[in-house]
Amino acid sequence: MAEPLPIKGVRDGLLITLPPGMWGDLRASLLATIDDRGDFFRGARLALQVEDRALGAADLGGLREDLARREATLYAVLSTSPLTLAAAANLGLQTNLQRPGVPSQPAEEEEEAVDEEVPAEAALLLQHTLRSGQVLRHPGHVIVLGDVNPGAEIIAGGNILVWGHLRGVVHAGAGGDESARVCALDLAPTQLRIAGRIAVSPKRRGNVRPEIAFLREGQLVAQPWDEERRHA
Amino acid sequence: MAARVVTVTSGKGGVGKTTATANIGVALAAAGQRVVCIDADIGLRNLDVVMGLENRIVYDLVDVVEGRCKLRQAMIKDKRLPDLHLIPAAQTRDKTAVSPKDMVRLADEIRPDFDWVVIDSPAGIERGFRNAIAPADLVLIVTNPEVSAVRDADRIIGLVEAEEKGPPQLIINRVKAEMVRRGDMLSTQDVLEVLAIQLIGVIPEDEQVLVSSNQGMPAALEPKSRAGKAFRDIARRLNGEEVPFDDLEARDGFFGRLTRLVRPGGAS
Repeated sequence: MAEPLPIKGVRDGLLITLPPGMWGDLRASLLATIDDRGDFFRGARLALQVEDRALGAADLGGLREDLARREATLYAVLSTSPLTLAAAANLGLQTNLQRPGVPSQPAEEEEEAVDEEVPAEAALLLQHTLRSGQVLRHPGHVIVLGDVNPGAEIIAGGNILVWGHLRGVVHAGAGGDESARVCALDLAPTQLRIAGRIAVSPKRRGNVRPEIAFLREGQLVAQPWDEERRHA
Repeated sequence: MAARVVTVTSGKGGVGKTTATANIGVALAAAGQRVVCIDADIGLRNLDVVMGLENRIVYDLVDVVEGRCKLRQAMIKDKRLPDLHLIPAAQTRDKTAVSPKDMVRLADEIRPDFDWVVIDSPAGIERGFRNAIAPADLVLIVTNPEVSAVRDADRIIGLVEAEEKGPPQLIINRVKAEMVRRGDMLSTQDVLEVLAIQLIGVIPEDEQVLVSSNQGMPAALEPKSRAGKAFRDIARRLNGEEVPFDDLEARDGFFGRLTRLVRPGGAS
Protein backbone atom coordinates (compact mmCIF):
# COMPACT_ATOMS: atom_id res chain seq x y z
CA MET A 1 0.00 0.00 0.00
CA ALA A 2 1.26 3.52 -0.79
CA GLU A 3 1.90 6.12 1.91
CA PRO A 4 -1.07 6.50 4.29
CA LEU A 5 -3.69 9.12 3.38
CA PRO A 6 -3.88 12.17 5.66
CA ILE A 7 -7.05 11.91 7.76
CA LYS A 8 -8.20 14.67 10.07
CA GLY A 9 -11.13 14.83 12.41
CA VAL A 10 -13.52 17.70 11.67
CA ARG A 11 -16.75 18.69 13.36
CA ASP A 12 -19.03 16.58 11.17
CA GLY A 13 -16.78 13.66 10.43
CA LEU A 14 -13.41 12.85 8.93
CA LEU A 15 -11.62 14.93 6.32
CA ILE A 16 -9.39 12.96 3.96
CA THR A 17 -7.03 15.03 1.81
CA LEU A 18 -5.77 13.37 -1.34
CA PRO A 19 -2.01 13.73 -1.82
CA PRO A 20 -0.63 14.23 -5.36
CA GLY A 21 -1.13 11.22 -7.59
CA MET A 22 -3.52 9.63 -10.08
CA TRP A 23 -7.18 9.59 -9.08
CA GLY A 24 -7.46 5.90 -9.92
CA ASP A 25 -4.56 4.92 -7.63
CA LEU A 26 -5.66 7.14 -4.76
CA ARG A 27 -9.23 5.93 -5.03
CA ALA A 28 -8.02 2.34 -4.72
CA SER A 29 -5.73 3.35 -1.88
CA LEU A 30 -8.62 5.01 -0.04
CA LEU A 31 -10.82 1.94 -0.31
CA ALA A 32 -7.94 -0.29 0.74
CA THR A 33 -7.32 1.93 3.77
CA ILE A 34 -10.95 1.61 4.78
CA ASP A 35 -10.96 -2.13 4.26
CA ASP A 36 -7.81 -2.48 6.37
CA ARG A 37 -9.06 -0.45 9.29
CA GLY A 38 -12.55 -1.92 9.34
CA ASP A 39 -14.26 -0.75 12.52
CA PHE A 40 -12.65 2.68 12.57
CA PHE A 41 -14.56 3.73 9.46
CA ARG A 42 -17.80 1.90 10.04
CA GLY A 43 -20.57 4.48 10.32
CA ALA A 44 -18.11 7.31 9.63
CA ARG A 45 -18.99 10.46 7.67
CA LEU A 46 -16.25 11.32 5.21
CA ALA A 47 -15.31 14.57 3.52
CA LEU A 48 -12.83 14.29 0.65
CA GLN A 49 -10.45 17.06 -0.46
CA VAL A 50 -9.57 16.34 -4.08
CA GLU A 51 -7.73 19.64 -4.82
CA ASP A 52 -7.89 20.52 -8.52
CA ARG A 53 -8.89 17.13 -9.89
CA ALA A 54 -11.80 17.28 -12.34
CA LEU A 55 -14.23 14.54 -11.35
CA GLY A 56 -17.63 13.98 -12.86
CA ALA A 57 -20.88 12.76 -11.34
CA ALA A 58 -20.04 9.19 -12.34
CA ASP A 59 -16.74 9.26 -10.44
CA LEU A 60 -18.20 10.80 -7.29
CA GLY A 61 -21.39 8.75 -7.43
CA GLY A 62 -19.42 5.54 -7.92
CA LEU A 63 -17.13 6.40 -5.00
CA ARG A 64 -20.11 7.21 -2.79
CA GLU A 65 -21.59 3.79 -3.60
CA ASP A 66 -18.32 2.00 -2.89
CA LEU A 67 -18.00 3.82 0.44
CA ALA A 68 -21.63 3.06 1.31
CA ARG A 69 -20.92 -0.63 0.75
CA ARG A 70 -18.24 -0.25 3.44
CA GLU A 71 -20.76 1.48 5.71
CA ALA A 72 -19.08 4.87 5.37
CA THR A 73 -20.98 7.94 4.16
CA LEU A 74 -19.47 10.46 1.77
CA TYR A 75 -21.03 13.79 2.74
CA ALA A 76 -18.72 16.41 1.25
CA VAL A 77 -16.26 16.88 -1.59
CA LEU A 78 -13.88 19.83 -1.48
CA SER A 79 -12.21 20.97 -4.66
CA THR A 80 -11.05 23.92 -6.71
CA SER A 81 -12.31 22.33 -9.93
CA PRO A 82 -15.64 23.71 -11.18
CA LEU A 83 -16.54 20.37 -12.77
CA THR A 84 -16.07 18.56 -9.47
CA LEU A 85 -18.06 21.17 -7.56
CA ALA A 86 -20.92 20.96 -10.07
CA ALA A 87 -20.91 17.17 -9.93
CA ALA A 88 -20.95 17.28 -6.12
CA ALA A 89 -23.89 19.69 -6.11
CA ASN A 90 -25.75 17.38 -8.49
CA LEU A 91 -25.32 14.50 -6.08
CA GLY A 92 -26.43 16.52 -3.05
CA LEU A 93 -22.93 16.54 -1.55
CA GLN A 94 -21.65 19.50 0.45
CA THR A 95 -18.82 21.45 -1.13
CA ASN A 96 -17.51 22.92 2.09
CA LEU A 97 -17.19 21.76 5.67
CA GLN A 98 -19.55 24.17 7.39
CA ARG A 99 -23.09 23.02 8.01
CA PRO A 100 -25.36 26.02 7.35
CA GLY A 101 -28.02 24.77 9.77
CA VAL A 102 -25.73 25.16 12.79
CA PRO A 103 -25.48 28.60 14.44
CA SER A 104 -21.95 30.01 14.45
CA GLN A 105 -19.69 29.04 17.37
CA PRO A 106 -17.08 31.15 19.12
CA ALA A 107 -13.68 31.03 17.39
CA GLU A 108 -11.79 28.75 19.82
CA GLU A 109 -14.07 25.77 19.21
CA GLU A 110 -13.65 25.93 15.43
CA GLU A 111 -9.90 26.02 14.93
CA GLU A 112 -9.53 22.79 13.01
CA ALA A 113 -13.13 22.13 12.02
CA VAL A 114 -13.74 25.09 9.74
CA ASP A 115 -12.52 25.56 6.18
CA GLU A 116 -10.43 28.67 6.74
CA GLU A 117 -10.70 29.97 3.20
CA VAL A 118 -14.44 30.68 3.40
CA PRO A 119 -15.39 33.41 5.91
CA ALA A 120 -18.95 32.88 7.14
CA GLU A 121 -20.41 35.98 5.48
CA ALA A 122 -18.81 35.52 2.04
CA ALA A 123 -21.19 35.38 -0.91
CA LEU A 124 -21.20 32.58 -3.45
CA LEU A 125 -21.94 33.56 -7.04
CA LEU A 126 -23.41 30.93 -9.32
CA GLN A 127 -23.46 31.93 -12.98
CA HIS A 128 -25.75 29.29 -14.40
CA THR A 129 -29.18 27.81 -13.86
CA LEU A 130 -29.62 25.41 -10.99
CA ARG A 131 -31.38 22.35 -12.33
CA SER A 132 -33.78 19.89 -10.74
CA GLY A 133 -32.01 17.66 -8.24
CA GLN A 134 -29.12 20.06 -7.64
CA VAL A 135 -28.64 21.23 -4.09
CA LEU A 136 -26.47 24.21 -3.20
CA ARG A 137 -25.44 24.68 0.42
CA HIS A 138 -23.44 27.69 1.54
CA PRO A 139 -22.92 29.31 4.93
CA GLY A 140 -22.99 32.88 3.55
CA HIS A 141 -25.05 34.67 0.92
CA VAL A 142 -25.92 33.09 -2.42
CA ILE A 143 -26.37 34.93 -5.72
CA VAL A 144 -27.60 33.09 -8.80
CA LEU A 145 -27.26 34.57 -12.29
CA GLY A 146 -29.77 32.24 -13.87
CA ASP A 147 -32.87 30.33 -12.84
CA VAL A 148 -33.55 27.99 -9.96
CA ASN A 149 -35.68 25.28 -11.53
CA PRO A 150 -38.36 23.28 -9.73
CA GLY A 151 -36.67 20.42 -7.92
CA ALA A 152 -33.54 22.46 -7.17
CA GLU A 153 -32.68 23.65 -3.64
CA ILE A 154 -30.59 26.41 -2.13
CA ILE A 155 -29.75 26.35 1.57
CA ALA A 156 -27.89 29.47 2.66
CA GLY A 157 -26.87 30.93 5.98
CA GLY A 158 -27.35 34.41 4.54
CA ASN A 159 -29.50 36.04 1.86
CA ILE A 160 -30.46 34.48 -1.44
CA LEU A 161 -30.66 36.57 -4.61
CA VAL A 162 -31.85 35.06 -7.87
CA TRP A 163 -31.38 37.10 -11.03
CA GLY A 164 -33.87 34.95 -12.91
CA HIS A 165 -36.87 32.73 -12.19
CA LEU A 166 -36.93 31.28 -8.68
CA ARG A 167 -39.09 28.15 -8.89
CA GLY A 168 -37.33 25.69 -6.59
CA VAL A 169 -36.98 25.45 -2.82
CA VAL A 170 -34.94 28.08 -0.97
CA HIS A 171 -33.97 28.38 2.66
CA ALA A 172 -32.32 31.66 3.62
CA GLY A 173 -30.99 32.35 7.11
CA ALA A 174 -30.67 28.59 7.49
CA GLY A 175 -28.47 29.08 10.55
CA GLY A 176 -31.23 30.98 12.34
CA ASP A 177 -30.72 34.51 10.95
CA GLU A 178 -34.21 36.02 10.89
CA SER A 179 -33.05 39.14 9.06
CA ALA A 180 -32.21 37.10 5.95
CA ARG A 181 -34.03 37.89 2.73
CA VAL A 182 -34.86 36.22 -0.55
CA CYS A 183 -34.96 38.34 -3.71
CA ALA A 184 -35.82 37.25 -7.23
CA LEU A 185 -36.84 38.73 -10.56
CA ASP A 186 -39.63 36.13 -10.60
CA LEU A 187 -40.33 34.98 -7.04
CA ALA A 188 -42.30 31.74 -7.50
CA PRO A 189 -40.62 29.19 -5.25
CA THR A 190 -42.18 25.80 -4.56
CA GLN A 191 -41.32 26.48 -0.92
CA LEU A 192 -39.69 29.43 0.76
CA ARG A 193 -38.06 29.30 4.17
CA ILE A 194 -36.38 32.01 6.20
CA ALA A 195 -34.77 30.90 9.44
CA GLY A 196 -37.46 28.69 11.04
CA ARG A 197 -40.45 29.88 9.00
CA ILE A 198 -41.81 28.15 5.92
CA ALA A 199 -44.34 29.22 3.30
CA VAL A 200 -45.59 28.33 -0.15
CA SER A 201 -46.12 30.81 -2.95
CA PRO A 202 -49.59 32.23 -3.35
CA LYS A 203 -51.09 32.19 -6.83
CA ARG A 204 -49.52 34.88 -8.96
CA ARG A 205 -51.65 37.92 -9.73
CA GLY A 206 -50.74 40.24 -12.56
CA ASN A 207 -47.39 40.58 -14.25
CA VAL A 208 -44.12 39.17 -13.05
CA ARG A 209 -42.24 41.76 -10.98
CA PRO A 210 -39.05 41.56 -8.98
CA GLU A 211 -39.89 40.91 -5.33
CA ILE A 212 -38.23 40.60 -1.94
CA ALA A 213 -39.33 38.15 0.73
CA PHE A 214 -38.48 38.64 4.40
CA LEU A 215 -39.76 38.08 7.94
CA ARG A 216 -41.89 40.82 9.41
CA GLU A 217 -42.91 40.12 13.02
CA GLY A 218 -42.52 36.40 12.52
CA GLN A 219 -44.53 36.32 9.30
CA LEU A 220 -43.13 35.62 5.85
CA VAL A 221 -44.06 38.48 3.52
CA ALA A 222 -43.14 39.29 -0.06
CA GLN A 223 -43.38 42.72 -1.58
CA PRO A 224 -42.41 44.39 -4.88
CA TRP A 225 -38.79 45.51 -4.97
CA ASP A 226 -39.62 49.20 -5.07
CA GLU A 227 -42.37 49.19 -2.46
CA GLU A 228 -40.24 50.83 0.22
CA ARG A 229 -39.14 53.58 -2.12
CA ARG A 230 -42.68 54.49 -3.05
CA HIS A 231 -43.77 54.78 0.57
CA ALA A 232 -40.62 56.32 1.99
CA MET B 1 -14.61 9.09 -40.79
CA ALA B 2 -15.55 7.38 -37.55
CA ALA B 3 -19.12 7.10 -36.35
CA ARG B 4 -20.79 9.63 -34.08
CA VAL B 5 -22.32 8.06 -30.99
CA VAL B 6 -25.71 9.47 -30.01
CA THR B 7 -27.43 8.44 -26.79
CA VAL B 8 -31.18 8.97 -26.42
CA THR B 9 -32.25 9.43 -22.81
CA SER B 10 -34.95 11.15 -20.77
CA GLY B 11 -35.02 10.41 -17.04
CA LYS B 12 -38.74 9.76 -17.08
CA GLY B 13 -40.00 6.44 -18.43
CA GLY B 14 -42.48 6.12 -21.24
CA VAL B 15 -41.81 9.43 -22.98
CA GLY B 16 -40.58 7.90 -26.24
CA LYS B 17 -36.86 7.09 -26.02
CA THR B 18 -37.16 3.70 -27.69
CA THR B 19 -39.48 5.05 -30.35
CA ALA B 20 -37.08 7.91 -30.99
CA THR B 21 -34.03 5.62 -31.14
CA ALA B 22 -35.72 3.26 -33.60
CA ASN B 23 -37.05 6.02 -35.81
CA ILE B 24 -33.89 8.10 -35.85
CA GLY B 25 -31.86 4.99 -36.65
CA VAL B 26 -34.20 4.06 -39.47
CA ALA B 27 -34.29 7.60 -40.84
CA LEU B 28 -30.49 7.84 -40.89
CA ALA B 29 -30.21 4.46 -42.59
CA ALA B 30 -32.89 5.38 -45.11
CA ALA B 31 -30.73 8.36 -46.03
CA GLY B 32 -28.00 5.91 -46.97
CA GLN B 33 -25.87 6.00 -43.83
CA ARG B 34 -24.39 3.05 -41.92
CA VAL B 35 -26.16 2.80 -38.57
CA VAL B 36 -25.97 0.59 -35.48
CA CYS B 37 -28.69 0.88 -32.83
CA ILE B 38 -27.88 -0.44 -29.34
CA ASP B 39 -30.46 -1.27 -26.69
CA ALA B 40 -28.88 -0.43 -23.33
CA ASP B 41 -32.02 -1.24 -21.32
CA ILE B 42 -30.74 -4.54 -19.97
CA GLY B 43 -33.45 -6.61 -18.35
CA LEU B 44 -36.31 -4.69 -19.98
CA ARG B 45 -35.38 -4.77 -23.62
CA ASN B 46 -37.85 -3.49 -26.19
CA LEU B 47 -35.90 -1.79 -28.99
CA ASP B 48 -35.90 -5.14 -30.81
CA VAL B 49 -39.69 -5.34 -30.68
CA VAL B 50 -40.21 -1.80 -31.94
CA MET B 51 -37.82 -2.42 -34.83
CA GLY B 52 -39.46 -5.75 -35.68
CA LEU B 53 -36.26 -7.75 -35.14
CA GLU B 54 -37.08 -9.75 -32.02
CA ASN B 55 -37.35 -13.08 -33.82
CA ARG B 56 -33.77 -12.90 -34.98
CA ILE B 57 -31.97 -12.43 -31.69
CA VAL B 58 -29.27 -15.00 -31.08
CA TYR B 59 -26.66 -13.01 -29.15
CA ASP B 60 -27.02 -9.77 -27.19
CA LEU B 61 -25.05 -6.91 -25.66
CA VAL B 62 -24.12 -8.86 -22.53
CA ASP B 63 -22.84 -11.80 -24.61
CA VAL B 64 -20.50 -9.40 -26.40
CA VAL B 65 -19.29 -7.73 -23.21
CA GLU B 66 -18.71 -11.07 -21.49
CA GLY B 67 -16.86 -12.46 -24.50
CA ARG B 68 -19.25 -15.24 -25.46
CA CYS B 69 -19.48 -13.99 -29.02
CA LYS B 70 -17.85 -11.57 -31.40
CA LEU B 71 -19.34 -8.12 -31.87
CA ARG B 72 -20.53 -8.86 -35.42
CA GLN B 73 -22.36 -11.99 -34.30
CA ALA B 74 -24.60 -9.93 -32.03
CA MET B 75 -25.46 -7.39 -34.74
CA ILE B 76 -28.81 -8.12 -36.35
CA LYS B 77 -28.99 -6.71 -39.88
CA ASP B 78 -32.31 -5.10 -40.79
CA LYS B 79 -33.40 -6.53 -44.13
CA ARG B 80 -35.48 -3.52 -45.12
CA LEU B 81 -32.63 -1.01 -45.23
CA PRO B 82 -29.14 -1.16 -46.74
CA ASP B 83 -27.04 -0.70 -43.61
CA LEU B 84 -29.03 -0.75 -40.36
CA HIS B 85 -28.08 -3.04 -37.49
CA LEU B 86 -29.28 -3.67 -33.97
CA ILE B 87 -27.41 -4.96 -30.92
CA PRO B 88 -30.21 -6.05 -28.60
CA ALA B 89 -30.10 -5.94 -24.81
CA ALA B 90 -30.19 -9.05 -22.66
CA GLN B 91 -33.55 -9.84 -21.16
CA THR B 92 -32.41 -12.18 -18.40
CA ARG B 93 -29.80 -10.01 -16.71
CA ASP B 94 -29.86 -6.49 -15.24
CA LYS B 95 -28.01 -3.20 -15.57
CA THR B 96 -25.06 -4.32 -13.43
CA ALA B 97 -24.02 -6.84 -16.10
CA VAL B 98 -22.42 -4.02 -18.09
CA SER B 99 -20.21 -1.12 -16.96
CA PRO B 100 -19.65 2.34 -18.47
CA LYS B 101 -16.15 1.22 -19.46
CA ASP B 102 -17.58 -1.78 -21.32
CA MET B 103 -19.86 0.53 -23.28
CA VAL B 104 -17.00 2.84 -24.23
CA ARG B 105 -14.92 -0.11 -25.43
CA LEU B 106 -17.82 -1.49 -27.43
CA ALA B 107 -18.51 1.86 -29.09
CA ASP B 108 -14.85 2.27 -29.98
CA GLU B 109 -14.91 -1.13 -31.68
CA ILE B 110 -17.94 -0.14 -33.74
CA ARG B 111 -16.88 3.39 -34.71
CA PRO B 112 -14.49 2.72 -37.62
CA ASP B 113 -17.02 0.89 -39.81
CA PHE B 114 -20.16 2.95 -39.35
CA ASP B 115 -21.53 6.51 -39.54
CA TRP B 116 -23.88 6.51 -36.56
CA VAL B 117 -24.35 4.59 -33.33
CA VAL B 118 -27.69 5.32 -31.66
CA ILE B 119 -28.05 4.10 -28.08
CA ASP B 120 -31.40 3.63 -26.35
CA SER B 121 -30.98 4.51 -22.67
CA PRO B 122 -33.16 3.03 -19.94
CA ALA B 123 -35.25 5.34 -17.75
CA GLY B 124 -33.77 6.54 -14.47
CA ILE B 125 -30.49 8.08 -13.37
CA GLU B 126 -28.62 5.06 -12.07
CA ARG B 127 -26.27 2.54 -13.60
CA GLY B 128 -28.23 1.91 -16.81
CA PHE B 129 -28.31 5.61 -17.62
CA ARG B 130 -24.61 5.97 -16.83
CA ASN B 131 -23.82 2.98 -19.07
CA ALA B 132 -25.77 4.51 -21.94
CA ILE B 133 -24.18 7.95 -21.85
CA ALA B 134 -20.61 6.79 -21.22
CA PRO B 135 -19.64 6.49 -24.93
CA ALA B 136 -21.83 9.37 -26.17
CA ASP B 137 -20.55 12.19 -28.39
CA LEU B 138 -24.03 13.73 -28.30
CA VAL B 139 -26.90 13.21 -25.89
CA LEU B 140 -30.51 13.70 -26.98
CA ILE B 141 -33.08 14.25 -24.23
CA VAL B 142 -36.65 13.17 -24.95
CA THR B 143 -39.47 14.78 -23.03
CA ASN B 144 -43.24 15.20 -23.24
CA PRO B 145 -44.91 18.60 -22.94
CA GLU B 146 -45.98 17.70 -19.43
CA VAL B 147 -44.81 18.97 -16.07
CA SER B 148 -43.39 15.80 -14.52
CA ALA B 149 -41.58 14.80 -17.71
CA VAL B 150 -40.01 18.27 -17.90
CA ARG B 151 -38.94 18.04 -14.25
CA ASP B 152 -37.17 14.74 -14.91
CA ALA B 153 -35.63 16.05 -18.13
CA ASP B 154 -34.22 19.00 -16.19
CA ARG B 155 -32.63 16.58 -13.73
CA ILE B 156 -31.08 14.56 -16.53
CA ILE B 157 -29.77 17.68 -18.27
CA GLY B 158 -28.04 18.64 -15.03
CA LEU B 159 -26.39 15.20 -14.84
CA VAL B 160 -25.37 15.23 -18.51
CA GLU B 161 -23.91 18.73 -18.23
CA ALA B 162 -21.95 17.64 -15.16
CA GLU B 163 -20.50 14.74 -17.14
CA GLU B 164 -19.11 17.18 -19.71
CA LYS B 165 -20.73 15.37 -22.61
CA GLY B 166 -21.27 18.65 -24.42
CA PRO B 167 -24.64 20.42 -24.55
CA PRO B 168 -27.53 17.94 -24.86
CA GLN B 169 -30.30 18.60 -27.38
CA LEU B 170 -34.02 18.28 -26.88
CA ILE B 171 -36.79 16.29 -28.52
CA ILE B 172 -40.31 17.21 -27.43
CA ASN B 173 -42.48 14.18 -28.13
CA ARG B 174 -46.26 13.68 -28.30
CA VAL B 175 -47.31 17.26 -28.85
CA LYS B 176 -51.06 17.76 -29.34
CA ALA B 177 -51.49 21.06 -31.11
CA GLU B 178 -55.16 21.46 -30.24
CA MET B 179 -54.45 21.06 -26.51
CA VAL B 180 -51.63 23.59 -26.69
CA ARG B 181 -53.97 26.03 -28.41
CA ARG B 182 -56.53 25.58 -25.62
CA GLY B 183 -53.83 26.16 -23.03
CA ASP B 184 -54.24 22.62 -21.69
CA MET B 185 -50.77 21.49 -22.70
CA LEU B 186 -47.34 23.08 -22.33
CA SER B 187 -46.16 24.78 -25.49
CA THR B 188 -42.70 24.33 -26.97
CA GLN B 189 -41.80 27.74 -25.55
CA ASP B 190 -42.99 26.74 -22.05
CA VAL B 191 -40.76 23.66 -22.15
CA LEU B 192 -37.76 25.53 -23.53
CA GLU B 193 -38.14 28.22 -20.88
CA VAL B 194 -37.34 25.69 -18.19
CA LEU B 195 -34.96 23.36 -20.01
CA ALA B 196 -33.10 26.01 -22.02
CA ILE B 197 -31.21 23.70 -24.36
CA GLN B 198 -31.16 23.50 -28.14
CA LEU B 199 -34.24 21.95 -29.73
CA ILE B 200 -33.63 19.27 -32.33
CA GLY B 201 -37.12 17.88 -32.84
CA VAL B 202 -40.82 18.33 -32.08
CA ILE B 203 -42.88 15.19 -32.67
CA PRO B 204 -46.66 15.47 -32.92
CA GLU B 205 -48.90 12.91 -31.25
CA ASP B 206 -49.61 10.39 -33.99
CA GLU B 207 -51.64 7.18 -33.82
CA GLN B 208 -49.41 5.73 -36.48
CA VAL B 209 -46.61 5.42 -33.92
CA LEU B 210 -48.55 2.88 -31.86
CA VAL B 211 -49.61 0.96 -34.96
CA SER B 212 -46.02 0.99 -36.22
CA SER B 213 -44.67 -0.17 -32.89
CA ASN B 214 -47.01 -3.14 -32.80
CA GLN B 215 -46.06 -4.07 -36.34
CA GLY B 216 -42.35 -3.64 -35.83
CA MET B 217 -42.26 -1.12 -38.65
CA PRO B 218 -41.00 2.29 -37.40
CA ALA B 219 -43.14 5.28 -38.42
CA ALA B 220 -40.18 6.95 -40.11
CA LEU B 221 -40.68 4.45 -42.93
CA GLU B 222 -44.31 5.57 -43.43
CA PRO B 223 -44.45 8.52 -45.83
CA LYS B 224 -47.87 9.66 -44.58
CA SER B 225 -47.01 9.69 -40.87
CA ARG B 226 -46.56 13.17 -39.33
CA ALA B 227 -44.46 11.74 -36.53
CA GLY B 228 -42.40 9.84 -39.09
CA LYS B 229 -41.67 13.06 -40.96
CA ALA B 230 -40.67 14.78 -37.73
CA PHE B 231 -38.19 11.95 -36.99
CA ARG B 232 -36.82 12.16 -40.54
CA ASP B 233 -36.30 15.89 -39.93
CA ILE B 234 -34.26 15.07 -36.81
CA ALA B 235 -32.04 12.80 -38.91
CA ARG B 236 -31.52 15.64 -41.37
CA ARG B 237 -30.62 18.05 -38.58
CA LEU B 238 -28.17 15.51 -37.15
CA ASN B 239 -26.49 15.58 -40.54
CA GLY B 240 -26.08 19.34 -40.28
CA GLU B 241 -29.02 20.37 -42.46
CA GLU B 242 -31.07 23.42 -41.38
CA VAL B 243 -34.62 22.14 -41.37
CA PRO B 244 -37.32 24.58 -40.21
CA PHE B 245 -39.68 23.27 -37.52
CA ASP B 246 -43.20 22.54 -38.69
CA ASP B 247 -45.56 24.96 -37.02
CA LEU B 248 -47.70 22.30 -35.30
CA GLU B 249 -49.59 25.00 -33.44
CA ALA B 250 -50.52 26.85 -36.62
CA ARG B 251 -53.93 28.38 -36.78
CA ASP B 252 -55.41 28.35 -40.23
CA GLY B 253 -56.74 31.41 -41.96
CA PHE B 254 -56.20 35.13 -41.62
CA PHE B 255 -56.01 35.38 -37.84
CA GLY B 256 -53.60 32.48 -37.73
CA ARG B 257 -51.25 34.14 -40.12
CA LEU B 258 -51.59 37.44 -38.23
CA THR B 259 -50.83 35.74 -34.92
CA ARG B 260 -47.77 34.09 -36.36
CA LEU B 261 -46.52 37.43 -37.63
CA VAL B 262 -46.57 39.03 -34.21
CA ARG B 263 -45.57 36.04 -32.09
CA PRO B 264 -41.79 36.00 -31.65
CA GLY B 265 -39.64 33.09 -32.82
CA GLY B 266 -41.83 30.03 -32.56
CA ALA B 267 -40.16 26.68 -32.25
CA SER B 268 -36.92 27.46 -34.05
